[in-house]
Amino acid sequence: MSGKISNKERMKIPRQLMPEQDSSIRRTNFNEVNLGFTEELAKMEAMRCIQCPKPSCVEGCPVGVKIGDFIALVADGNYLGAAAKLKEDNLLPAICGRVCPQEEQCEVKCVTGKKGEPVAIGRLERFVADYERETVGIRQPELKPKTGKKVAIVGSGPAGLSCAGDLIQMGHDVTVFEALHDLGGVLIYGIPEFRLPKSIVKAEIDSLKALGVEFKTNSVIGFTDTVDELLANGYDSVFIAVGAGLPYFLNIPGENLNGVYSSNEFLTRVNLMKAYRFPEYDTPVFNCKDKNVAVFGGGNTAMDAVRTSKRLGAKNSYIIYRRSDVEMPAREEEIHHAKEEGIEFIFLSNPVKFTGDKDGWLRSVTLQRMELGEPDASGRRRPIPVSGSEYDIPIDMAVIAIGNGSNPIIQKTTPDMNYNKWGNIVADETTMRTSKVGVFAGGDIVTGGATVILAMGAGRKAASAINRYLLGEDLWLQS
Amino acid sequence: MLKNKYLESSWGTSKWHYSWYRVFDINNGFNMHKIISAEFLAPNIKRFEISAPKIAEKRKAGQFVIIRINEVGERIPLTIADSDSSRGTITIIVQGIGKTTKELNSLVAGDYISDVVGPLGKPSHIENFGTAISIGGGVGTAIAYPTAVALKEAGNHTISIIGGRTKEFVILEKEMKEICDEVFITTDDGSYGKHGFVTDKLKELIKQRKIDFVLAIGPIPMMKAVAEVTREKNIPTVVSLNPVMVDGTGMCGGCRATVDGKTIFVCVDGPEFDAHKVDFETLGRRNGTYLMQESDALKNYECESEKALSQKLTATN
Repeated sequence: MSGKISNKERMKIPRQLMPEQDSSIRRTNFNEVNLGFTEELAKMEAMRCIQCPKPSCVEGCPVGVKIGDFIALVADGNYLGAAAKLKEDNLLPAICGRVCPQEEQCEVKCVTGKKGEPVAIGRLERFVADYERETVGIRQPELKPKTGKKVAIVGSGPAGLSCAGDLIQMGHDVTVFEALHDLGGVLIYGIPEFRLPKSIVKAEIDSLKALGVEFKTNSVIGFTDTVDELLANGYDSVFIAVGAGLPYFLNIPGENLNGVYSSNEFLTRVNLMKAYRFPEYDTPVFNCKDKNVAVFGGGNTAMDAVRTSKRLGAKNSYIIYRRSDVEMPAREEEIHHAKEEGIEFIFLSNPVKFTGDKDGWLRSVTLQRMELGEPDASGRRRPIPVSGSEYDIPIDMAVIAIGNGSNPIIQKTTPDMNYNKWGNIVADETTMRTSKVGVFAGGDIVTGGATVILAMGAGRKAASAINRYLLGEDLWLQS
Repeated sequence: MLKNKYLESSWGTSKWHYSWYRVFDINNGFNMHKIISAEFLAPNIKRFEISAPKIAEKRKAGQFVIIRINEVGERIPLTIADSDSSRGTITIIVQGIGKTTKELNSLVAGDYISDVVGPLGKPSHIENFGTAISIGGGVGTAIAYPTAVALKEAGNHTISIIGGRTKEFVILEKEMKEICDEVFITTDDGSYGKHGFVTDKLKELIKQRKIDFVLAIGPIPMMKAVAEVTREKNIPTVVSLNPVMVDGTGMCGGCRATVDGKTIFVCVDGPEFDAHKVDFETLGRRNGTYLMQESDALKNYECESEKALSQKLTATN
């Protein structure tokens, strides 16, 4: 069928909408917002792809998924074939299909998108991954013969998992060390259930376990074992992917009042520790019911936090951002969903002070209006305070979602490695090798707070370089 | 007799099905931590020896672990009181205050704890100061003990002051006597040792001789009072903070406290700090963030425990 229609006709098919939970219902539950394409929707969407001879979408993908090829298989109704094709380059498609910012990676380059809307590559990726898992179960790729080499991966987040997936296929033994009691890193402590269900993450991790990847929870590398001890105790190489570190705060008065959270803490309590099911689960979180909640920041984490507060029953949930909507780094889809769920956006406002009551509970925030000046180093217009424009709004809870610094544990316990002035590990951009022989690093500990797919890309680059290193190439000779 | 037996068994609580889950969970079964021994030292204060070979081998004085009892449990930080690397065990001493600590204290030898992670935090800074006093108030004595051992080993003339509300809350007297040069006891009601607070004894000692270092661990008002006493005399004083924590590895920022006017993270920057620079008021206030939820959870837990107990008794009859 897909072969019978012309490109002109393909371009006429509208981009298929993602079925989703109605906003009035979903703001009261933690179930996934997006419900996924049906077979019909997926096929229709796949037919929109004109199969460019030189597909530019692939250039936009940090892991180089053969996008046109898998979409052609979807259009033919060969969903399992599409899954196999997809997994040649991406072992965690159900996760990427949900959380990658496709609109600024593959879809932004889509030729169909030049004249109309781009092909919904992310939605198709998700459909294919879900189809395989729900029909025949996640199928395993073939493994190369065992090399006898052992790799330790520190952290079970997106960078660690993608690195583990590649290395195990290359024939190496892989052990992943995780500091928390459960696996997945930011995928389970940070990203909420309504955007990425834990069961999806678990299924993808279980498939890595089935391939032979060993996982050790409750292992804080630096304390439980140091990097040097791993190297001395039989691991031929170490990949450090410990992720986000200490959360940044605003450094304004009142930040230690009760009711002020970092996004990491708020989301970890609700997601990892399941505080939204308190007291069935033992971990409490601020009782948002009928309260005013303000989230400071404009990224995906801020959207996750503000939408979480709404689901916990907040009366008013605000995003307070010092620039305007154009500069917000969050995904369009998240902003759109947040607006549908009744989140209020306060732009061009910067917090200057939190005020509490006599018992130390947060009661209000003082905001200062901002105006936009010339673009700064990030290319976004710099916000400039408007003097005398301060005003107060009453809030009971604040969540600071303005990014993370680096985690100090590895640096303190592995001093003979190069770090930048912010404490991030210095790693080569193509091989992810660090200054320490045998040790590689990737993800947020190298880049600072970034995205899931960038971390996955770093994990895959590292896997390829680690493979070369384990097979005898001296990556440190040239330096 | 029968009643006690059930109270002491982990499945005598409403969470019996989670105990079952703990024993048979194939994925986590190998990582679980067996309780080797458990005994009450005082009402509500229980000492556990837990299998954790790796932590036993690595831990240093002043460090802590994070424990999660079972699949639905919260993560709580507990200072490592002692360890035995030949037995592969660590000792923790727990005061049953909220739901989680009470549930922990209902466990007995042979039960399992789902997650124990550590050793976390910076070890105590130990040197030969000269004359060092370690002060423990209530369960704080358990936290002061390992550092007192390290102070003694470093060559200090080591003095211990153990404080308790009443005689039965004075813990680790025998252990402290084994390692310290001098041990003093104070009780709030005078039922044992000297009548009064640990600070009364401290003031007396400071008057009598030159004190070079003080370690104080206990309830926040006690630590604050000790800091006020030693501040006047400029005696270096260290306290161990026990704020609310989640991950304990420098990710969530929940344990932030104010020291020397700056925000610090107790889990990675501490847990021990210069007592003269700690903002105890903010610490105490932040520790009360979940008082409402905690009291609800405790009521629920105690109510359900009783229900389960009476069901058990009915079934037995």
